[in-house]
Amino acid sequence: MILMWIPLLPLLGALVPILASGLGRTACAWATAVLPALALLLTLSLIPQLEGSNSIQAQLEWLPALGLNISFRFDGLALLFSILILGIGLLVILYARYYLSAQDSMARLYAYLMLFMTAMLGIVLSGNLLQLWMFWELTSISSFLLIGYWWHKSEARRGARMAVTVTGAGGLALLGGILLLGKITGSYELDVILASGDLIRAHAWYPVTLVLVLLGVFTKSAQFPFHFWLPHAMAAPTPVSAYLHSATMVKAGLFLLARLYPALSGTDLWFALVSLTGLTTMLVGAYFALFKHDLKGLLAYSTVSHLGLITMLFGLGTKLGAVAAVFHIINHATFKASLFMAAGIIDHECGTRDMRRINGMWKYMPYTAALAMVAALAMAGVPLMNGFLSKEMFFAETLQQDFLGSLSWIIPVLATLAGIFSVAYSTRFIHDVFFNGEPINLPRTPHEPPRYMKVPVEILVALCLLVGIFPSLVVGPLLALASSAVLGGALPEYSLAIWHGINTPLIMSLVAMCGGLLVYFNRRNIYAFQKQFPEFNANEAFERLVRRLVAAASWLLEWLDNGSLQRYLVLMLLLWVLLAGQSMLDLVSLTGSRPQLPLDGVAVAMALLLCIGAVATVIYNRNRVVALLMLSVVGLVVSLVFARFSAPDLALTQLVVEVVTLILLMLALFFLPQRTPRESRPSHILRDLSLSIMIGGLMGSISYAMLTRSFNPISDFFLQNSKTGGGGDNVVNVILVDFRGFDTLGEITVLGIAALGIYNLLAGLRLFMPSGDADGRSWARDRYPLVLATISQSVLPLALLVSAFIFLRGHNMPGGGFIAGLVTAVALILQYMAQGVDWMKARVRVTYPRLIGCGVLLSTLTGAASWLFGRPFLTSWFGHFELPLVGEFELASAMAFDLGVYMTVVGSTLLILANLGQMTTSERPVTKEQD
Amino acid sequence: MEALYAVCVGVLTAAGVFLLLRGRTFPVVVGLTLLSYGVNLFLFSSGRLNDSAAAVLGAGSNHADPLPQALVLTAIVIGFAMTAFVVILAMRARGDLGNDHVDGRVPEIVLDSEERS
Repeated sequence: MILMWIPLLPLLGALVPILASGLGRTACAWATAVLPALALLLTLSLIPQLEGSNSIQAQLEWLPALGLNISFRFDGLALLFSILILGIGLLVILYARYYLSAQDSMARLYAYLMLFMTAMLGIVLSGNLLQLWMFWELTSISSFLLIGYWWHKSEARRGARMAVTVTGAGGLALLGGILLLGKITGSYELDVILASGDLIRAHAWYPVTLVLVLLGVFTKSAQFPFHFWLPHAMAAPTPVSAYLHSATMVKAGLFLLARLYPALSGTDLWFALVSLTGLTTMLVGAYFALFKHDLKGLLAYSTVSHLGLITMLFGLGTKLGAVAAVFHIINHATFKASLFMAAGIIDHECGTRDMRRINGMWKYMPYTAALAMVAALAMAGVPLMNGFLSKEMFFAETLQQDFLGSLSWIIPVLATLAGIFSVAYSTRFIHDVFFNGEPINLPRTPHEPPRYMKVPVEILVALCLLVGIFPSLVVGPLLALASSAVLGGALPEYSLAIWHGINTPLIMSLVAMCGGLLVYFNRRNIYAFQKQFPEFNANEAFERLVRRLVAAASWLLEWLDNGSLQRYLVLMLLLWVLLAGQSMLDLVSLTGSRPQLPLDGVAVAMALLLCIGAVATVIYNRNRVVALLMLSVVGLVVSLVFARFSAPDLALTQLVVEVVTLILLMLALFFLPQRTPRESRPSHILRDLSLSIMIGGLMGSISYAMLTRSFNPISDFFLQNSKTGGGGDNVVNVILVDFRGFDTLGEITVLGIAALGIYNLLAGLRLFMPSGDADGRSWARDRYPLVLATISQSVLPLALLVSAFIFLRGHNMPGGGFIAGLVTAVALILQYMAQGVDWMKARVRVTYPRLIGCGVLLSTLTGAASWLFGRPFLTSWFGHFELPLVGEFELASAMAFDLGVYMTVVGSTLLILANLGQMTTSERPVTKEQD
Repeated sequence: MEALYAVCVGVLTAAGVFLLLRGRTFPVVVGLTLLSYGVNLFLFSSGRLNDSAAAVLGAGSNHADPLPQALVLTAIVIGFAMTAFVVILAMRARGDLGNDHVDGRVPEIVLDSEERS
């Protein structure tokens, strides 16, 4: 559990500077440092529990059903990185206290730093890859805040945006890789993944997984060709650069490379991708560092180069290579952090970072100069410095590989070349800044910085020297712990000594040093050569790319989302045609083996009527009343089709719904234009016509293919249990009220909601009132014809009786609540039409919304009643009773349920139609005849 | 018979889709209704066509598949509710927006041609 406190303390620490900002700058810095210091102590206290490649785990259950836990894992590698993150973090806090000017908000920088520290610790301590990824993204976000700290500067905003775009895009790729790893191994737990390296490497998805993970690593660690964001991130305050680009942000990528080393490394693909990318990055970074006049720009490209070196070491895939990589991570963190801090001091004191103007600083700040020079020598890889040791190991490893066959000698040569440039830019850093004449036109006169600003640099430089001189004593145990965690097992033989005798790596180092000096003192020629190339501005190129992407995206969006519903429908239907057509192509023959029914004359005639009706609806669609009449012809034929094929329930329902629909659409037409204007372009008509014919043809083919094939229905269950379990002979009705009663309950709820929605849509509606039909004829004067009124009144009791009959027999014969409800609704609508809404209002005291509510409630309560008997929801009950005179009859709880259905259907239908109808009467304009 | 049935489903679907693609609300509602006829017929036929089969138990040994029937029965009722909702929505849209185009605004090309005529 101590483990969880390590990332948690800096998280809490993010609040400290905000609370302490009123106490003064020094107090604020000290207060901020307390919690990370505590976390560092906790980290160190865990060391005794570590041994070899074992690890300490801490887990909290989070989503056990998904296999997701909050999981922390602590081993040698995590220890090394935690020390770097917390240790250098503490030094940066101290340094930033003196670096920031009075106008800069200290609390804000410290809070961001603490957040960033938490995210980094989260990465290195995560025991679960998804959790690791979350922290990974948090570093992208918090580094965005840090780089954009001086948000009033446009270069800071641009640099921050570029960094977050590149690393964020890489993060997405990494997520893809992690998800694939999870699929391959069946777990996201690091322990499982590290143990299944062979499985992963043998898997067909290995290349994709590797590329995705590496995209995440390379973008984060600024590897070529994604290196361009790093120099632009130098717009950040120098303490931030010192932190992000030495020990943390860019090392996160290398950390992941090291972390997944046992799972992913060891293949030719790994070597090709990782080590060649690393080699290219190392060369490109070292070369361009030489041409940077900005002090921080030089350090930035040098960082890129060193990151490439470490990447390449991992890519070699040898055990010693991994050890050397870990060693160089430590060394680079120490000397690069101190160099950034020194550069910050020089910037702070001179007011510029241009090396063409900063010269001869030795005279003005000899102490700082000495510190910076030691660190720069370490960067160059000069003996007695830590950089020398790991560079020697690096050179030795390049000699060991044989991946390129007989051309393998290229790699050590290129490595030496990179070493030459590395020495050259380090020399430039020392010579240009501290010697080389007098400063030119500086904004202020430089002098030594405040005492405590130098302390972090002193500590780091001391470490460089100590590691360089007494390597095995100072860093040996830590390196061994971290390396064995990377390798996941036994360590190779290696010796951390300054002197190994005169061997090839030493000669390579010597060549690099002499060559570097030679390059530096002939730099004018090289500058002149480089000047011939147009200067490539990554920022502008990136902005251009982003602008183009945005333009392409908005073009695509406008093309897809142009506000035309017709277009959307065409696209969706086309997609459907492609999908459905594809699977129909796979079908060998359209006709199946099921015996077919014979044709007869009536069927053909009805089919003709149906097709003519449908086509006529289309042809006359602009004259809306005619189209409506044709539509109802189709509806009637459909109900006959149901009757013909043994579905009397459906036929009845369809018939009644047809009536109700027609009334509804007629009413609606009163408020809508009578005619559709001729506005479709011929090309659109052609498009729609061909699309609809394609879809019709496909649907017909699917239908035919289905009809001519046999199948195994699940309906036998319903047929067998309908009588014994549900107490009814009409299986359709028993399914509705019993087997699938819960579905029906949902249906009537939806029906009720739709009706209430319509009720609300009609409230406060402004309408266009036509005074006559499309041809200009005014409405009939006789609103309520006497004949209709008289007949409808006498029909009403009959209709209600029929409805009751249909309802009661529904369980055993065709009928039921749905149909009975619709029949009742039609009977009442007839009264509305014949007598008017006001007349009905005075007589029917039922409020329809309440009726709907009661219906749904009754059905629900019927279902809930079975709980009283200890049965599940909607269990039905039935029994047979004897009544004198009437005879035997059946009572079933399903009847009550069906009554609820009945009430809802009546209420919904009448709520819709009566309200719509009321508007036509109350809003009808007064016609001339009535005047 | 099966082929005839399939042709009917196809014609209903085609007619429904064509009307669905019109630019004014009312033809779209009519198209939706036609399409739901087609869909209901299609769903109903997933129990295969049964000539003179028994609709209720005890009326014969050959039974029609009751499950698609139950599905289609509720589909018809819900289809009515949907048609009603869409048509009222169309009315409301015309009331609030002043036209009955599906996009809520009449495309400029149409306005031009109307002005010319």
